[in-house]
Amino acid sequence: MSGFRLDRGGRIDRSRPISFSFDGVTYQGFAGDTLASALLANGVKLFGRSFKYHRPRGLLGAGSEEPNALVSVSRGPGRHTPNLRATAVEIYDGLTATSQNRWPSLKTDIGAINDRLGMFLPAGFYNKTFMWPRSFWDKLYEPLIRRAAGLGEAPSEEDPDHYGAVYAHCDLLIVGAGPAGIDAALEASGTSKRIVLIDEQDEPGGGALDDPALWPWLKESLKDLAAAPNVTVLNRTTAFGYYHDNFIGAVERLTDHLTDVGSGSREQLWRIRAGEVILAQGAIERPLVFAGNDVPGVMLASAAKTYLLRHGVAVGRAVALMAAHDSGWRDAFAHARAGVAVTAIIDVRETVAPALTGEAAELGIPVRLGHSVIRVHGRHAVKAITAARNDGTGHARIACDALLMAGGWTPSVHLWSHSKGSLAWSDELGAYVPDRPNEKVRCVGAGSGKWNCGSGLVIDALPTPRDPSRIKAFVDFQNDVTAKDIHLAVREGFKSIEHIKRYTTTGMATDQGKTSNLNGLQIAAQALGRHVTEVGLTTFRPPYTPQTFGALAGHAQGALFQPTRKTCIDGWAEEQGAVFELVAQWRRARYFPLAGEDMLAAVNRECRAVRSSVGIFDASTLGKIEVVGPDAAEFLNRMYTNPWKALEPGRCRYGLLLKEDGFITDDGVSARLAPDRFHLTTTTGGAARVLNMMEDYLQTEWPDLDVWLTSTTEQWAVIALQGPLARKLLEPLVEGIDLSPEVFPHMAIREGTICGVPTRLFRVSFTGELGFEINVPAAYGRALWERLMIAGAAHGITPYGTEAMHVLRAEKGFIIVGQDTDGTVTPYDAGLDWAVGKKKPDFVGKRSLARPDIAALGRKQLVGLLTDDPAVVLEEGSQIVADPTQSIPMKMIGHVTSAYWSEALGRSIALALVAGGQGRMGEVLHIPTPGQTFTATVSPMVFYDPQGERLNV
Amino acid sequence: MRRPPPLWRTEMLLIHCPYCEEQRAEIEFAYAGEAHIARPPDPAALSDEDWTQYLFIRSNPRGRHHERWRHTHGCGRFFNAVRDTATDKFEVTYKAGELRR
Ligand SMILES: [Zn+2]
Repeated sequence: MSGFRLDRGGRIDRSRPISFSFDGVTYQGFAGDTLASALLANGVKLFGRSFKYHRPRGLLGAGSEEPNALVSVSRGPGRHTPNLRATAVEIYDGLTATSQNRWPSLKTDIGAINDRLGMFLPAGFYNKTFMWPRSFWDKLYEPLIRRAAGLGEAPSEEDPDHYGAVYAHCDLLIVGAGPAGIDAALEASGTSKRIVLIDEQDEPGGGALDDPALWPWLKESLKDLAAAPNVTVLNRTTAFGYYHDNFIGAVERLTDHLTDVGSGSREQLWRIRAGEVILAQGAIERPLVFAGNDVPGVMLASAAKTYLLRHGVAVGRAVALMAAHDSGWRDAFAHARAGVAVTAIIDVRETVAPALTGEAAELGIPVRLGHSVIRVHGRHAVKAITAARNDGTGHARIACDALLMAGGWTPSVHLWSHSKGSLAWSDELGAYVPDRPNEKVRCVGAGSGKWNCGSGLVIDALPTPRDPSRIKAFVDFQNDVTAKDIHLAVREGFKSIEHIKRYTTTGMATDQGKTSNLNGLQIAAQALGRHVTEVGLTTFRPPYTPQTFGALAGHAQGALFQPTRKTCIDGWAEEQGAVFELVAQWRRARYFPLAGEDMLAAVNRECRAVRSSVGIFDASTLGKIEVVGPDAAEFLNRMYTNPWKALEPGRCRYGLLLKEDGFITDDGVSARLAPDRFHLTTTTGGAARVLNMMEDYLQTEWPDLDVWLTSTTEQWAVIALQGPLARKLLEPLVEGIDLSPEVFPHMAIREGTICGVPTRLFRVSFTGELGFEINVPAAYGRALWERLMIAGAAHGITPYGTEAMHVLRAEKGFIIVGQDTDGTVTPYDAGLDWAVGKKKPDFVGKRSLARPDIAALGRKQLVGLLTDDPAVVLEEGSQIVADPTQSIPMKMIGHVTSAYWSEALGRSIALALVAGGQGRMGEVLHIPTPGQTFTATVSPMVFYDPQGERLNV
Repeated sequence: MRRPPPLWRTEMLLIHCPYCEEQRAEIEFAYAGEAHIARPPDPAALSDEDWTQYLFIRSNPRGRHHERWRHTHGCGRFFNAVRDTATDKFEVTYKAGELRR
């Protein structure tokens, strides 16, 4: 035996040595080792410091239930993963792992003073201590708690890895490839079912991996499954959540075990929809609760067996067993047969099966029945234990360097609980077992509670003659919760396990109490003098084990976080160096800076061009809906506030759309092309919402109307030409349309061709200037844009972006739905009375306009606001008060919705929602901001060309 | 920037579209509020109280809930469903205009 590695045995590959480091020290292991088994083989027993008391901790388990041995693995910039269980980290050449929650080192940890001060850190410590004063939280309490009690450090750099995602559909999903799961897969493999078998470990086998007698069966079975074309076996894959309708989320780890991670995905998220699910997740052994049960070297008997038989590692040179269950005896016998000295088998039971005592005698193992461990000697590692008879007499010190615990078995019902299957209490197992399913699912094997693990005694804590208030007997190892803490919570009046859990934090660590829940429950029940089932059961929630954010995000990061919609003219804008902004999912050119221009200079220049010559604007993002059918006009008449039936073909109308509650939800100019055909436009962000709303009314309220709605947003490119020279520029390019103002007035539409391309040409204006919006099939958009730029050069054509568009429309008092309105603004509030068809008997939202609250005086109304200092551009969102001398908190009477520098007026302008605003014309209001209070005068909303003369040219 | 819909809430249910006659994943559908609340034919004839009742008041039961869904990324049709709000299980889906189940 070299170190603690046995000379033979295990599933490790002794021909493949592997070099890795832990806390800066280089060690050797073998292929097939976990970080835990390899370090154990090298005699390492101290793996970390506990969360609250900073107590030295070693391995408790050998699998994903491990609460103590949390490590960080670093593999270059951005590839730092904290809080990994050493028992689930496969070693590879060059693996660099570090321990956590210790400073300056694992052996010498300053925070360990917390352990000595334990009496000052009782249950509910955080709740009680850090209550007051409130102001101490940010600067003192929180940093203190974070530094003192922590897990690993979060990575600080961007994750360079990428993460895959796959959907899978199968007839049968089996979770857990232990003997029960493999049997289920073999049984179904002869059918035509598509089967997926997933397992979290690096090789399938589960409990069979710890049992050399099953290895030939395992090898044969895996060969059969590999040969079955309808069976997919996924290793290193954790089913972390079970959702409705047999939808299971699983993460497959692809590269974390490799020295060279290559260029593929690090992990892959599987979304699996299964016809039927079989849960074969096994059971987890339960620790026993006694003083010192957390000293490094005290571990689950089953874990010690795993290290012994699977990894060929002895957890000590002289081990003792503390048992309440038969299974621990067999684990101890396995150690003895492998040549490890077993110095004692201690069992809290007065009698056990004669077969067990007989075998112990054969192997020469001293046995103490009716005894319990009452003390563990050693701080960084077990040196010896003291056992006593259950009545407290007969103390005996027993030398050992490892103590195995066998407290019975807890079926893993996590996923079963996610699926909302019910649980039933088993007195025999002292555990909850699956009862009635809520999905098409069943449990098999140890996870079902119907597996012969042997018999045992269900016990909340081992008897001890010591003062229970002076010992630390751990229940939740990761959150440092002791039996004493649970008793304290009960004494302080907590009765429900849900409350006890939150007060003591038992079961709330990253392991979700896999090893602690049942012990905590039984101690609480005992303290309350009630049956376990009366105390309640905490809820298991996904994920089963912690998963990376990367796996859950998948490809939805960076540019792929959400789609970016681009118009066909976007590429041109990019080539011109436009600055973009996102509007809903659309990327829109905000302004087109020339060399040396800042945003204000560029926007001012663009605005001047529109007011003096001609500007060109990409309006393709406007939502568009083609409304067709004999009842189209009737339908729009019912939807919009204004009348539509009398609108002549060839004319346009501004449409205002309310929700049934009377508030503005969208607006846009629409054109009637024919008696039964309309070309609707909506706001850029509102297109999908408006179409959905119209479909809803059409399908469910007025199915008798013969109307068809088609989204045409992406079918049309829309180029706005705005400015006094717009007509002059268009005239030579258009065929079949007479542009003269007498036959093509404002708010009209004509069909013809432009540069040979069919067009729907709108004469409309969102700037107050003579304007046209040229709709052409999207594929021609960019070509037409470039032709217009060439043809317009002589007229001083200037591309402008959304910022100038905003300024120009605000100068005219045109609202932007969603900026100047917020879902509580009626047409009357917005000064759009003219757009409401008062004679119409009904339209969507009309009845609500007569509701008392809507008709009440003093509602916030949209008005103009002119700062007394014309150079001051108010900040959008600023609050408005009537009297700046009032005491704080002041009564706020409204807020600024839009504010810009108006180049045309040579001063700032703003729109604001102000209580009773339309009755305050000329009133001076105040806008307090940090450091300065501005004054402004209420004005009409139309700042520029109030008579609209510039349109009629 | 708008947040994309959460990953899991929108994917897990299977919903039967009575028009497509297919059971499809929840991500294809959009919830559309309580069902069988018809818009009054003459809203102007309603008192403020009755209009308020129509506009704002919903049954919000624990248990059987009649609700509307739209097969947004499928046929585009609105239909009705009975879903148990406690178990999140669909009992039945049926076409718009059919009698309450
Ligand atoms: Zn459908």
